[in-house]
Amino acid sequence: MLTVVTFLPLLACAVLVARRLPGRACVWVWIATAAADLALVIALWANFGAGGGLRYEQRVRWIPSAGVSYHVGVDGLSLPLVALTCLLFLAVAVYSLRETRRVRAYTCLFLFLQTVCLGLFVALDLIVFFVFFDLSIVGMFFVIAGWGHGEQGRAAALKFFLYTFIGSLALLLGFIGLYLAATPHTFDMLDLTRANPLAGRGAYAALVLLAIGAGLAVKTPTVPFHTWLPPAHTDAPAAGSAILAGILLKMGAYGFVRIAMPLLPGTWREYAMVFIVVGAVSAVYGALVALGQTHFKRMIAYTSVNHMGYIVLAVGAAGVLAGTDVQARTLAVTGAVTQMVSHGLLTAALFLLSGVLYDRGGTYEMDRYSGLAAPSPKLATATGVAAFASLGIPGFSGFIAEFQIFTGSLASQAVATAIALTGILITAALFLRALRGMFMGSLRLPSSTGAGGFGDMVAAETFSIAPLLTLGLVIGVAPRFLLDVIEPAGRTLVGLVAR
Amino acid sequence: MNENLAALVPETALLVAAVAGLLAGSWLPRRRQWVVAALAAAACVAGVVVTAVTMAGGRDQLVFSGAFAVDTATGAGRLIVLGALVPVGAMSVEWLRGNQREAEYYVLLLLTGGGTLAMIGANDLLMLFAGYLLASVPAYALAGFAKDATSTEAALKYYLMGALTGVVMLAGVSVLYAAGHATLYGELRPALPSAPYGLVAVGLVAVLAGLLFKIGGVPAHYWVPDVTDGAMAPVAAYVTTLPKIGGLIAAFRLLHQAFPASEVNWPLLLAVLAALSMTLGNLAAFFQTSVKRLLAYSTISQVGYLLMAVAVATRSDLAQPALLFYLAAYAVTNLGAFAVVTELPSARTLDDYRGLAHRHPGLAAVLVVCLLGLVGTPPTGVFLGKLEVFAAAVNGDYTWLAALAVANTVASLFYYLRWLTPLFRTPGVPADVHAPAGRWSATTAYLAAASSLALGIAGGAVLPLFTGAPSP
Repeated sequence: MLTVVTFLPLLACAVLVARRLPGRACVWVWIATAAADLALVIALWANFGAGGGLRYEQRVRWIPSAGVSYHVGVDGLSLPLVALTCLLFLAVAVYSLRETRRVRAYTCLFLFLQTVCLGLFVALDLIVFFVFFDLSIVGMFFVIAGWGHGEQGRAAALKFFLYTFIGSLALLLGFIGLYLAATPHTFDMLDLTRANPLAGRGAYAALVLLAIGAGLAVKTPTVPFHTWLPPAHTDAPAAGSAILAGILLKMGAYGFVRIAMPLLPGTWREYAMVFIVVGAVSAVYGALVALGQTHFKRMIAYTSVNHMGYIVLAVGAAGVLAGTDVQARTLAVTGAVTQMVSHGLLTAALFLLSGVLYDRGGTYEMDRYSGLAAPSPKLATATGVAAFASLGIPGFSGFIAEFQIFTGSLASQAVATAIALTGILITAALFLRALRGMFMGSLRLPSSTGAGGFGDMVAAETFSIAPLLTLGLVIGVAPRFLLDVIEPAGRTLVGLVAR
Repeated sequence: MNENLAALVPETALLVAAVAGLLAGSWLPRRRQWVVAALAAAACVAGVVVTAVTMAGGRDQLVFSGAFAVDTATGAGRLIVLGALVPVGAMSVEWLRGNQREAEYYVLLLLTGGGTLAMIGANDLLMLFAGYLLASVPAYALAGFAKDATSTEAALKYYLMGALTGVVMLAGVSVLYAAGHATLYGELRPALPSAPYGLVAVGLVAVLAGLLFKIGGVPAHYWVPDVTDGAMAPVAAYVTTLPKIGGLIAAFRLLHQAFPASEVNWPLLLAVLAALSMTLGNLAAFFQTSVKRLLAYSTISQVGYLLMAVAVATRSDLAQPALLFYLAAYAVTNLGAFAVVTELPSARTLDDYRGLAHRHPGLAAVLVVCLLGLVGTPPTGVFLGKLEVFAAAVNGDYTWLAALAVANTVASLFYYLRWLTPLFRTPGVPADVHAPAGRWSATTAYLAAASSLALGIAGGAVLPLFTGAPSP
């Protein structure tokens, strides 16, 4: 079942490669595929049931002599991300109805990326995980290089590729370290979790965690590995930015809860402080740098560093046993996963909105715009909602996530949490400033505005962005349906870390 | 004494086909010379079938007084060599059309293939040297086959370097004979630990010099870029692929069988050579603008990764399957990249590849698969090969080497991407630069790229074939 969900987009991609359809028809095929995939995932969710275990597991021998198997399955940590992936790709597909440049190749690339993203979140074998991790870099490289902003876009794509590829190779070294430590040698995550091969292995275990942690930190991204992110986001097409921020960044954070914590519990506890510090620094640093931006998209990119910092803080705090109880740590992990979902929804919406802005005005510089609320009330409303949701106002998913993260972390890490909390204040300031500058006051448009003036959002844009914000609101008001899935898995994870 | 000639059917098939092709070639009219090519292909296919039967039978043996080993490594090496000869021949078809020496070309190819097979199975120093000569001499002629200025220079460089290292290698053989009073690996193994340290060390280094020349490893790599750039594209594909298979398996067998207990710290020596090869190859490839030179330096760096497996030959059980699998994956991937170069004879620089994705999307896809494959991006075969090699290196306590290899892999990405990015730009070059050579090279390219992917995905079925200790 999960295999079907994962490879359905790739199948559609193969059909599109084989048959020459006109551009618009390609996008409709994509929308249909993404919608079917989302429907399948909703069915999976409905039958998921309670408890923190794995569901829909499937295991096929792949390369037995190397200890690799095609092993997939979902639990409460991955199912929300799988659902998020399907939803975001559907939103991006609808948004891409406007795309006019080489649409067939563009559609194929995104269908390929969807398979890759889904495959990563359902993988239960380190090599399968790595394969998808690496392919996501390849796919996104071509999206940025092919549909980004000209020569600059190609440079950003290269930088993105090199940085994240270094990370992925560090990850591979870590995986090999795990593989060799286990007897019999295996890459299977469940077997490795059971065997806990690096317990009491001192420096060797620390090196493995260093390799895995660095690899995931690049992708997450945390300070100081985040420098690839702003150019990649700035120069990618809007749809690419939305997927990059919404899904690809989660791969790093997800790796922490799926691989680093359960497979290296003792070492994680020992070095939890490193992650707590990195998380707190990322949260504050990302917010401060975002505050200094005049470029709308770059600003959102830096707020991603801030938001992902909260996640790293929470998973670090979940590794500290002293001064906390299971409840607090579970809360931190649950908050981290909720934050992944929430950030995916809201940041994707913000990036799509920035695409609307660029489409009309031809620039992302915020001080070139003023008073946009008058000609485009829908854009102003959506941006306002997304900005407030993103800064963590109650009633939206961001609040639920951050509340849990801070409550769960405060008990043991009062200082780090207090420092990270200031990130919220700074984000509030920067979002409010951006909203006031761009949407209030008298109308002023950049000279690069098209002849048609500054039009409001069209149907394709509305129907891609509004569902994301609506879901953010639903999670904010009635989060139980999400938390019921995440919490048991979070508790299981916390149990594994405390071994 | 086992003198079972039936064990040598693949080698014999190539030699018989070579002799028959030479005779037939002098009688056949010019437009019928393709018969020799067909004969060569038939010999390769026959060799593959026989090897498959032998491997399925699983009977390892030593033949001719133990001078030649028929075991897993030999079987795998035969499959890779014969499997690589066919595409090399196929991509040569368009280059040789109308050439009056068409038959001779295939004969030379068969002879050097036979020599490579002899190196793979060699279990004796003299056998190894004979294989070295048989593999090298026809290759010198192949390098100069086009008879123009650059290929003549290539042949001369190739020959001079090969003659020099060949003499050094023969000297090494005699020094080792003096030290161990034997040339059979099985007899050297117990004799060498008690032999004078200096003699063994000098002899081993001298023998390795010849093998390093064959595989194009640092410090005997100077010929690689000039020969690759100067020779015809199919010959360049040959030169950067096949000798490596022979040389590396020969080195593996030599070190694993004759030197396991020796005091000479050859694992460290090979680890350093591996590190140097991958690093220097990568650094030199960075700013190349000619695609053939770029591929030449890329093969030097690939030899570095392959040498990692040789360095841990006796320190990790993973080394042999890693080496053999990486060789197979490297062979198809490298041949795929060269098949594209062969298919587009007028596109010589990276800039000439601008807009290839618009004009020939299929060839562009092959390049994406093969170049990213050479980087080691999953799910291509080289990825699995790298995974195995890294695992073997870490398992053999050379974690620093694995870490260096990872750093090198990242660095290599830079120049492969320098080639890939122009493919997707708007065409800025005249259309005739992308004039395809013909169907044979294109088909080879597609098949090679498909095999590279298939090796990665179906690696589980292939890897067990390569596991099995060398015959004693």
